Amino acid sequence: MRLLGSPSSILFSKNSIMSSRDKILKAIAKNQPSLVALPSLNGLGNPTEDIVTQFKTILSGIGGQVIEIEQITDIAAFVQKHFAPNARIISTLPELSAIAETNWQNEDPHTLENVDFAVIKGHFGVAENSAIWLTEELLGQRVSPFIAQYLGIVINKNDILPSMQEAYQRIGQAEYGFGTFLAGPSKTADIEQSLVLGAHGARGLTVFLVAS
Amino acid sequence: MGNNVLEHSAASEIFNKDTERVGWHDETLWFVRSKRDKAAHQIQDWELLRETASAIKNHGLSNLHDYLIQFEQNALNNGVQVHWAADAAEHNAIVHSILSKHGVKQMVKSKSMLTEECHLNEHLSQHGIEVIDTDLGERIVQLRNEPPSHIVLPAIHLKKEDVGETFHQHLGTEKGNKDPQYLTEAARQHLREKFLTRKVALTGVNFAVAETGEFVVCTNEGNADMGAHLADVHIACMGFEKLIPKREHLGVFLRLLARSATGQPITTYSSHFKKPRPGQEMHIVIVDNGRSNQLGRADFRNSLKCIRCGACMNTCPVYRRSGGHSYHNAVAGPIGSILAPNLDMKQNADLPFASTLCGSCSNVCPVKIDIHDQLYKWRQVLVKEGHATIAKKLSMSAMTFTLSNPKVYQLGGKIGRFMMQLAPFAVNNPLNPWYKQRDMPTPPKESFREWYLKNKG
Repeated sequence: MRLLGSPSSILFSKNSIMSSRDKILKAIAKNQPSLVALPSLNGLGNPTEDIVTQFKTILSGIGGQVIEIEQITDIAAFVQKHFAPNARIISTLPELSAIAETNWQNEDPHTLENVDFAVIKGHFGVAENSAIWLTEELLGQRVSPFIAQYLGIVINKNDILPSMQEAYQRIGQAEYGFGTFLAGPSKTADIEQSLVLGAHGARGLTVFLVAS
Repeated sequence: MGNNVLEHSAASEIFNKDTERVGWHDETLWFVRSKRDKAAHQIQDWELLRETASAIKNHGLSNLHDYLIQFEQNALNNGVQVHWAADAAEHNAIVHSILSKHGVKQMVKSKSMLTEECHLNEHLSQHGIEVIDTDLGERIVQLRNEPPSHIVLPAIHLKKEDVGETFHQHLGTEKGNKDPQYLTEAARQHLREKFLTRKVALTGVNFAVAETGEFVVCTNEGNADMGAHLADVHIACMGFEKLIPKREHLGVFLRLLARSATGQPITTYSSHFKKPRPGQEMHIVIVDNGRSNQLGRADFRNSLKCIRCGACMNTCPVYRRSGGHSYHNAVAGPIGSILAPNLDMKQNADLPFASTLCGSCSNVCPVKIDIHDQLYKWRQVLVKEGHATIAKKLSMSAMTFTLSNPKVYQLGGKIGRFMMQLAPFAVNNPLNPWYKQRDMPTPPKESFREWYLKNKG
């Protein structure tokens, strides 16, 4: 992809994208300061000891809730209590096939528009900000945690890490096409700084913590 | 100053006419600044985080050429198409060409200050393409035909009554209803229809990772994700300074960004886009538009470390009392005032003077940009390059004359004290710029020199 080009080709492709690339890179090479070292990330982190409590406190502070469960099938009771019998529930968890559609992963993502509640699994949670790391293979479809009216995420109680520092150590060089840290329900304060939950994404988030 | 652009001081004067609203604007932004302080104090390694983020950015800028090539190669390997734009016009032409290739006339867009800087919406609209801004604040100002007044809180200059009226006119909400919950719900319904029907989505980029070729987009609303995951084509536009070396560095920046911006521990969504989903097309447009020039200015290159949190704006006493629009630049406030002269020195010559140099901006900056020092340095450059106004030149030469002539200085002081005591109306009137929005202090009875001569005994 790198064309240095003869004088004539530069003249010929004066306005082409490739010549902008070379022009930009050349200017950067000329103007960037001399090399300084990359800092170490040692010493960064969250020293809190009771990280499960911190995770719960922070999540409730940003509008989400935590429900502790013994096993995944316990979620059925939650669904029956909070959603009407005709509500559209989807899940990626085979344990929930009695109460949720589990075969929607290959449909057009637009058809998820009327989903009332989506239940998916998360890799791990982060105590300092209550974010949960999700990647494509856990989502069923990339849009699922955003388009559903309400969202439930299942994580194991011992999969809570202190801070983003440990989170990226855990992620390491993992391969994914799409991943997201998701913290709480969708929100906005764009009208006079008044906090409103449910801007475009899920109106509510329930995290199901499975006892380890 | 260029044509039709009101200088910052003149625009602020208009903003300051509504005293009650200015007070409200000031307090609202100070409230956001206070939330930032609370969030920062809640984590123990805050100062180390700032220091580390600053050092990562310094390193990144010093090796930017190689990191950009690495990023491009990784993105291409991930199946993403990479474009390079030397300036705003080329950026707009690239986006337009992608839309044309797909025969698309409508697009959803999440927040991107770069596209504001490039005036993309205007360009596309001239070519018959409709752009819907999907961030709630941006949609509000778009419906009102205004630019955003803040990079994180685009509609912070508006009251809920204003939004209620705008939505009543454009979205058919009840007249007089100004309940934020009700208005947000109306916007949710209105924009959901756009997400479901648009084929192309454009997003900004908060961070791009050289090591992996992925880019991260942060929102609270979920609008970037709703747009990108439902569209056939995702276009992401970034200034080249968004690049960071490694994935693990995201841990540092994501811990700082939202805490600095709004006092949240993290934004609701921090989405990592690495590959297009099957059947989707993904484009990245890497933009220079003056940045390589800024990189070459040793005094000002630090401004390229900015992660666009807006903390410097929320804390700035001038921004809080003059409003974002008075800066006539896509990025307002202290950071905007050090970025703008690089884009157009003549047009933006007033902005580095829109500061008290109090230094609060530098103190809250999560990547430790020496913002107030740069404002001061820009003033030197602008005056040397002949961009000072005539009034400023005249007052500066009068000042030089007075300060270098002790007799004139002493006499001037005497006259001033005399006038303020005997005829306070001579200074306490609207003709005196120092009297605007404040009362003049009681003058001392004598100068320090007079006191010293009496008491040195």
